[in-house]
Amino acid sequence: MAKIVGGIGSSHIPAIGVAMDKGLEDTPYWRDFFQSYVPLRKWFNEVDPDILIIFYNDHGLEMFLDKKPTFAVGTAAEYENADEGWGINPIPPVRGETELSWHIVNELVENDFDPTVCQEIKVDHGLTVPLTLMYPGKDYAKVKVIPICINCERHPMPKLSRSYAFGQQIGRAVESFGGDQKVVVMGTGGLSHQLDGERAGIINTDFDIECLDKMVSDPEALTKYSLEDIVELAGGQGVELNMWMAMRGCLTGKVTEGYRNLIAPISNTAAGIQLLIND
Amino acid sequence: MTIKKMRAIPGTTFFDGPMSTKGYPVNKMFFSFNSKEGRDAFVADEEAYMEKFKLNEAQKQCVRDRDVLGLIREGGSIYYLAKIGPILGLNVQDFGGLQTGQTTEEFQAYLDSQGIGKNNG
Repeated sequence: MAKIVGGIGSSHIPAIGVAMDKGLEDTPYWRDFFQSYVPLRKWFNEVDPDILIIFYNDHGLEMFLDKKPTFAVGTAAEYENADEGWGINPIPPVRGETELSWHIVNELVENDFDPTVCQEIKVDHGLTVPLTLMYPGKDYAKVKVIPICINCERHPMPKLSRSYAFGQQIGRAVESFGGDQKVVVMGTGGLSHQLDGERAGIINTDFDIECLDKMVSDPEALTKYSLEDIVELAGGQGVELNMWMAMRGCLTGKVTEGYRNLIAPISNTAAGIQLLIND
Repeated sequence: MTIKKMRAIPGTTFFDGPMSTKGYPVNKMFFSFNSKEGRDAFVADEEAYMEKFKLNEAQKQCVRDRDVLGLIREGGSIYYLAKIGPILGLNVQDFGGLQTGQTTEEFQAYLDSQGIGKNNG
């Protein structure tokens, strides 16, 4: 059976992509951040996953307000990236995994989740930045990627409890998929930050640390927070915690923490970096 | 029945359904900045470009004034709104300063004051 060997939490902000394009990884501003990915990649390269499931939000590349899914699952054989206006060089196409994607869709619908199913979508920095952090040489052609998009731009958005349950269902779907594929799941975005309004710039590392702690031992404890609570505690875009909750939900085994760091400010955000091993 | 109102959090606008209705034209314009053609057309003739997307007068004035808080108030979503930044040479720290009445340096210092985990910097 396919096996989810671990989950990774990572920031996905455009500034990281720009820094990689410009070769700024070893500058004082960025050094601690990029150094955090060295131990993460050591584990990742040893695992050498066959399939990567990436939970991300689309910040307005493919999904605008006109037709905006709450949950969307990619089922394509290939995904393209494109210009988003941020000055990041678009990355080469990403390979998809159609069979497992369709199995996930079947299992989700069978179990009362009803996602939008996407056979052709462009993937934005929310997916490409974390992918490139795992494959800094952009040698990701060997891995197959399943993009799963969660609405974090417009309220109403899924509750943390719902994203967690969504992840759990995906985790069960993967574990019931025949084959011996090794799967890693990524929850991207966050952690605390607010880009807009007079309250722009708020970062709450105490709360971020609580989230990282609970991710390991008691993720359900985080579901007590409403998204209004999250906005209050972690800023307007702190709701990207939803992707971390979905990632954590996928880990249905015994979870231990392989690595953690929290670095702020990275652009306007607190960047959480976490490896959760799923036995 | 009335539409559910989100909790009041000072300095924070929830981008919800009614705001999305209000801001649709201006967000659609920002969304068009994904393409170089859209960015170039805006730079070439801002007024004509705003008219093409049917921005209302308040939204147009906020764009003319580079009034970020005004644009949020008029239904702009920061996720799309931020795409005007690179066109104007503004990054998200500049946006932070503009919205909080600070210089970019002051805003950066505010971010730094909440910092953690930078040891090699």
